[in-house]
Amino acid sequence: MSIYQVNEKGFYGQFGGAYIPEMLHPNIEELRLNYLKIINEPDFKTEFDQLLRDFVGRPTPLYFAKRLSERYKAKVYLKREDLCHTGAHKINNTIGQILVAKRLGKQKIIAETGAGQHGVATATVCALMGMECIVYMGQLDIDRQRPNVERMRILGAKVVPATSGNMTLKDATNEAMRHWINHPTDTHYIIGSVVGPHPYPDMVARFQSVISEEIKHQLSMEIGNPFPDYVIACVGGGSNAAGAFYHFLNDEHVNLVGVEAAGKGVNSGESAATTALGKIGVLHGSKSLLMQTEDGQVIEPYSISAGLDYPGIGPMHAHLFETGRVKFLSVTDDEAMNAGIELSRTEGIIPAIETAHAIAALQQMELDADDVVVINLSGRGDKDLETYIRWGKY
Amino acid sequence: MENMANRINTLFQKKKEKILSVFFTAGFPKLEDTIPIAVELEKSGADLIEIGIPFSDPIADGPVIQDSNKIALDNGMNLKLLLQQVKEIRKTVKLPILLMGYINPVMQYGIESFIKDSKAAGVDGFILPDLPMAEYEDQFKVLVEENELVNVFLISPTTSEERIRKIDGVSNGFIYAVSSSSTTGTKTGFTNEQELYFKKLSEMKLKNPFLIGFGVSNKETFTAVTKFATGAIIGSAFIKLLKSSSNLSTDIHDFVNNLN
Repeated sequence: MSIYQVNEKGFYGQFGGAYIPEMLHPNIEELRLNYLKIINEPDFKTEFDQLLRDFVGRPTPLYFAKRLSERYKAKVYLKREDLCHTGAHKINNTIGQILVAKRLGKQKIIAETGAGQHGVATATVCALMGMECIVYMGQLDIDRQRPNVERMRILGAKVVPATSGNMTLKDATNEAMRHWINHPTDTHYIIGSVVGPHPYPDMVARFQSVISEEIKHQLSMEIGNPFPDYVIACVGGGSNAAGAFYHFLNDEHVNLVGVEAAGKGVNSGESAATTALGKIGVLHGSKSLLMQTEDGQVIEPYSISAGLDYPGIGPMHAHLFETGRVKFLSVTDDEAMNAGIELSRTEGIIPAIETAHAIAALQQMELDADDVVVINLSGRGDKDLETYIRWGKY
Repeated sequence: MENMANRINTLFQKKKEKILSVFFTAGFPKLEDTIPIAVELEKSGADLIEIGIPFSDPIADGPVIQDSNKIALDNGMNLKLLLQQVKEIRKTVKLPILLMGYINPVMQYGIESFIKDSKAAGVDGFILPDLPMAEYEDQFKVLVEENELVNVFLISPTTSEERIRKIDGVSNGFIYAVSSSSTTGTKTGFTNEQELYFKKLSEMKLKNPFLIGFGVSNKETFTAVTKFATGAIIGSAFIKLLKSSSNLSTDIHDFVNNLN
């Protein structure tokens, strides 16, 4: 077994595990005992693959970005997850999890959301499957991501404001976990990233791994070789990065680059660069790197991108950071916004601001003309128009 | 000094019914209130004190205890300060004291220091709801037992009988039986189904006594669960009282005395 994958105890190196109160134990245990069996069943695979193809629109293109390549003097490819139905990679995971939930006999779905992308992806698959859907969202995020709130409501989901703590993603996750504690038998919790107690990080990574599976196949067709020199992805909790890295983890000659949000600067006090600022700790059921005070209180992160302002990273990424398998860079708000405008004008693609962080990382890299670079274009910028407008420098 | 037996074990040897354990958050409503609250609880006749270590993200708690955690943190409470307060409490208070909290602040303090400093301050045991049993056995158990402390595990109505037996085997003080699948302070009163669960527990003849918590808030509910269990734990209802109280001494006295 790969040293980069989860072990039989639910750990990636020293990170991971299931740090949950007893009330959640039966749910997590049910999932742990069944998830691999379910997702390896032929009828599951058939249904999952068919929905990814016909409903999500997979495979997503691997697009050679000619003008961006000229600018950075390398061969830059964009993996177009922004073309997935609902506008981001998030739906790969929600399709997978709702099929698992159905097979576990669950009737109701809960989810947390920050910017609303995972909430919309969850509301979408619940509509598709006719299941009741409740999405927890921080009150502050509800106020600043209105269009996504309305999208969820149009899709029939109930959006519940999380009014505890700082009223953002971390608090929405707390509320979703509390809801699950109070409704343990009929409800499945669709976590949106590679975070949470084991087996969530592994399960979500597996559903997102279709991204790197396709990249390998598409690169083989395009350049006659499945291995790029670099794969770059942004990291909040880390689900799109987990998917983009997954099938390259053992190909050590492929350089993997995770890009975190530095906010107003890594040391500005307003940042979400977890690998730079975090220490080992436990939040939302797993041990990972965590932004926290000396006393172990979780620090509220900041980024202009609502999808990256999470105080931790998935345990798999903490392990990849610690082992040096993935190199982590960080990008400020301004650098990301500029990169978003740059991609819009060189390639005609307005990226999500999360994704713009991955584009901005190109400036920090020393590339050779024949280097093949794949950037995971995890989401589109429609949801971020307000932020682009407010930023204004275009 | 008393003999070396842990105060918790001594309590359960002496008293076989209607044990009252009261939970409150350290540093709430005011930073220094931890001490007078503990003193008043002893004076009023409580049997056991559970002091909550505040945490920014208490996922097993309902709104009342969440709010008390936030206020305590805003007041500047932390584990180091709490242990100093316990030392102060121990100058007069003889009741067993448990610290209850989430694992992350404990990890940051350092597991070994936490256990040793707790012992030195006069703590008798811990309740750490998000500490997995395997990790307890790996990293806590030896130190906890060497220091003659007690570790309390939770069980809930969805915990399997096999797992209850396993938890009973690892426990060395009492078991915290959560009355329903819920966060703290969200339900009150008990259904027939819950009573069947309590009855089943009492018929399992566990080696450890069990106390029932969650949903116990007044005389009626206290009486109802202590028919089945050695005692009960009151948390959210007490926190509510503290928040609205203008005279802690009288209000705590009345609260405890109204339970029996």
